[in-house]
Amino acid sequence: MSAPTVAIAATGVANVASVKACLERLGAEPLLTLDPVVLENARAVVLPGVGAFAAGVEALNRAGVADLLVARAREGRALLSICLGMQLLATSSEEAPGLKGLGVLHAPVERLRGAPRLPHFGWNAVEVEDNPSALLRRGEAYFAHTYAMTPSETLEANGWRVARATEGSTFVAAVERGGTLACQFHPELSGAWGAALVQRWLQRAFDEDPSSRAIGAGGLSWS
Amino acid sequence: MTRIIPCLDVSSGRVVKGIKFQDLRDAGDPVECAMRYEEQGADELCLLDVSATPEGRANGTETVAAVRRALGIPLTVGGGVRRVEDAERLLAAGADKVAVNSAAVDRPALLTEIQARLGAQCTILALDAARLDANDPSRGWEVVVHGGRTRTGVDAVQWARDAVAAGAGELLATSWDRDGTGEGYDIELLAALGAAVSVPIIASGGAKSAAHMARALDAGASAVLAASIFHDAETTVGAVKQDLARLGATVRAPFAVTTTTPQS
Repeated sequence: MSAPTVAIAATGVANVASVKACLERLGAEPLLTLDPVVLENARAVVLPGVGAFAAGVEALNRAGVADLLVARAREGRALLSICLGMQLLATSSEEAPGLKGLGVLHAPVERLRGAPRLPHFGWNAVEVEDNPSALLRRGEAYFAHTYAMTPSETLEANGWRVARATEGSTFVAAVERGGTLACQFHPELSGAWGAALVQRWLQRAFDEDPSSRAIGAGGLSWS
Repeated sequence: MTRIIPCLDVSSGRVVKGIKFQDLRDAGDPVECAMRYEEQGADELCLLDVSATPEGRANGTETVAAVRRALGIPLTVGGGVRRVEDAERLLAAGADKVAVNSAAVDRPALLTEIQARLGAQCTILALDAARLDANDPSRGWEVVVHGGRTRTGVDAVQWARDAVAAGAGELLATSWDRDGTGEGYDIELLAALGAAVSVPIIASGGAKSAAHMARALDAGASAVLAASIFHDAETTVGAVKQDLARLGATVRAPFAVTTTTPQS
């Protein structure tokens, strides 16, 4: 196919329906796939995730898509990793000691310390330095998790822009670099604020594509 | 941050509301209600198919899918979940969390199965509790099932502990005594459950005002659910949030920007 595509990495029963509905409301026509060729060639890829770290790592390795997702993130191509999807990009997780993550984000994932109740379900403030040209902006986002990435200077040193949130302790709410955006929160469930973030991510993905038809007074088109 | 959760009790594709789970009357179209509540600032939405269990059938997924297409906030769905396949079907249709009630009382391992397959984040125990003595909370609560038609004799607080141990990641705690009455949540029930388990608790049953909600939050609830007060347009989610903020609760601020309408 010649049209630019948005692909959702279908690793199992994740929050695929909500992500898909969000993308569709923004005018995209996402494909659900685990085909490495489709994921490699897609203009933009979403890595959703709900569930366990070990099962997530195993699903990516079994499908043979771990390396291409790592390459995509390293090159700053369009990748949106959500919740467990973000944690899978880390070096490791306290949830599965001894198991390596994809290692794109050089910071560990740990159980949330000091949270009044776990899992952490709910809306929290996302704090990030103001920058109107960036994807991530201040706001309130919806979280559903027990583990989270611990802030690390290595992230910034590696060129990641880091947003933080606090629930008992401060953790990494999201990071962005180029077209790659990884969110501990669920942008697809974060109302109008989350939809606007996904819209900016799509816009950046397709702006970089010279064949994109993503401009027009009547709105945006990604399909 | 406090979560305000409007609940749509759905029967045969329509929103309904009754008193003590009975005397259902029509309260509108689920998609229209869902979109209105999101616009008003709802933090989550709960959709319960109240006809599913008594009629002995699984939850219809058409309403879930239709609401999901429109809704940009989390969606909890319950009613008629008896097997892990039912939970998977609801997630596939667009639920973010699945609430299990009667079937988990019959077979607690169902919670473990859903948690193992879908994660604790998706596994909600819907606990309907009735006071053993309406005027004396120290006598305790028993679990009621089948839409309130059956009293089980099971101690509700112990069941909450067992359910969390089995895999439930959140409790949706409904007071059978208060449901639909507007007398306020069963505060003693919420306090007892909050002390017994470490997962978040959603208070349900009896809310009439922001003051009721503030009391539930003080008792240890993480979120407050209400149906009648929103369906009957007595108030809006936004107005309740303003009142709650005045009472000292932290609520999510409204976000004014609307998203681009799909044009493709």
